Amino acid sequence: MSDTITMTYEVPADDFTRAGEASSNVKSKLKKMGVDPDIIRKVSIAMYEGEINMVIHACGGTIDVIISPEEIEMILKDQGPGIENIELAMQAGYSTAPDNIRTLGFGAGMGLPNMKKYSDEMNIESVLGVGTTVTMKVKMFE
Amino acid sequence: MGNFFTSVHLKEDLCMGCINCIKRCPTQAIRVRNGKAVITKEFCIDCGECIRICPHHAKEATYDSPEIMKKYEYTVALPAPSLYGQFNHLEDINIVLTALIKMGFDDVFEVSGAAELVSEISRKYVMEHKEKWPLISTACPSVVRLIQVRFPNLIEHLLPVSAPVDLAAALAREKAMKKTGLPREKIGIIFISPCPAKMTAVKSPIGLDHSEIDGVLAIKEVYPILLPLMKQSIDDPQELRISGRIGIGWGSTGGEAGSLLSDNYLAADGIENVIKVLEDLEDQKFDQLEFIELNACAGGCVGGVLTVENPYLAKVKLLRLRKYLPIACSHISNGMDVDSFWNDEVKYEPVFKLGKNMKESIANMSRVDELCEKFPRLDCGSCGAPTCKALAEDIVRGVAKEQDCIHILRDYIHKLSDELSKLDIKK
Repeated sequence: MSDTITMTYEVPADDFTRAGEASSNVKSKLKKMGVDPDIIRKVSIAMYEGEINMVIHACGGTIDVIISPEEIEMILKDQGPGIENIELAMQAGYSTAPDNIRTLGFGAGMGLPNMKKYSDEMNIESVLGVGTTVTMKVKMFE
Repeated sequence: MGNFFTSVHLKEDLCMGCINCIKRCPTQAIRVRNGKAVITKEFCIDCGECIRICPHHAKEATYDSPEIMKKYEYTVALPAPSLYGQFNHLEDINIVLTALIKMGFDDVFEVSGAAELVSEISRKYVMEHKEKWPLISTACPSVVRLIQVRFPNLIEHLLPVSAPVDLAAALAREKAMKKTGLPREKIGIIFISPCPAKMTAVKSPIGLDHSEIDGVLAIKEVYPILLPLMKQSIDDPQELRISGRIGIGWGSTGGEAGSLLSDNYLAADGIENVIKVLEDLEDQKFDQLEFIELNACAGGCVGGVLTVENPYLAKVKLLRLRKYLPIACSHISNGMDVDSFWNDEVKYEPVFKLGKNMKESIANMSRVDELCEKFPRLDCGSCGAPTCKALAEDIVRGVAKEQDCIHILRDYIHKLSDELSKLDIKK
């Protein structure tokens, strides 16, 4: 029997009514697994931000969540436009979200910074015109 | 805590074993086993949804009979503000209160009076604890229990102030002891309640080490007793009212939040809506709100399952009754001084947990996923669990088996009969 469990979620493009579905599903699973509430908070916020990013910027994508007794790994993969300047995108308040998205209350430029803040490890690989893969890890024990 | 008390119970002879309640229960606490509904006590939050939905009236709330008054030398009625919304053409709350005295109570103490004090205390607490914003109302016991078992990250946001009825009970007992000189056990403090969850809050309180309430009567049972007594009281009601617009407003949704005199709040009612708000709140989707009022029942307390009137009509009636009342009648400075803060820590109770440790949880969760793949995902309820996933979790917990699923069973029987017929041919 394997010591890990993997869950895969499809994130649809431009469907705000479904944005957050994947992270809320993961949240409910983690609760049932008895994961520490603080860890759940970190995972669900980091993943929600990532999920919203995929909806706004990346025409959707897939998220793999791998849970082991030691850590929770989230791999967010999209075939979107890619991030031109990762360093700039990581700055709090920097956003390329279009106006129609901003009027929905998104696009405050806190997506990537919050993902970094709430995960213990974060790695971004992005190729312009090809897509972006964000890997985040949250440790089960601090 | 550990001793799970729930006030909802089943009248077995009436239960037909249908799937109405298992589908409606917001915490998936009910299963049909051997043709009868069974409530898992740890999962039940006493919201009363199953009582509302059961077409066979097989679900019942536990509450006391008016006979309980005879157990005490001196009794005080604590009418919930929602009680006043039950009557047609009521113009003076004192008529209801006088009728309660005629019913046999020695005194009445309006819960709405204590609610005004709770509003005052909450106003101060909310302003002094910005780090805890948004504070979540703790007046609805179902909501508090829900947070305790399902939203661990929100426990720190709970407003640690007694619910109005608990404060009313403490104040009423103190007043009665002073007035009569009787010891506390000879005084009966009886709540006239719109909801079964308050019964649970008496038996196993959250946030308080004990409850000062001795008995709980249902509004729907007191209602027919009060009607004739109210007619007798119309001409000469006693002056017993101790609350104004703020206190009475607590009877329906938005009343408590409105009493904080800030418009930076959210008020949600109906258990499914409450759960949605809590989920979003947990994901930190609302910031800068000061206060969140949540009521398990649609419409607020007027929507409780032990009430008689349509909740929305009851709300209108409360609004009319309040119209010419002063803003508030009970104030802290009036010399009422009772400790109104919680004195017991509220701890997360992970009742839905699937394993003893992470390794076991991971294994069990994988097994749940595997089983879900096998099931037809119709969520038909024929197995007695509300969804295929709930059945999978039950199997992993060891309380159900795969062949409880009638579709799996059917395939199994087909396979069996195929094999039997093959045996037949071989012969």
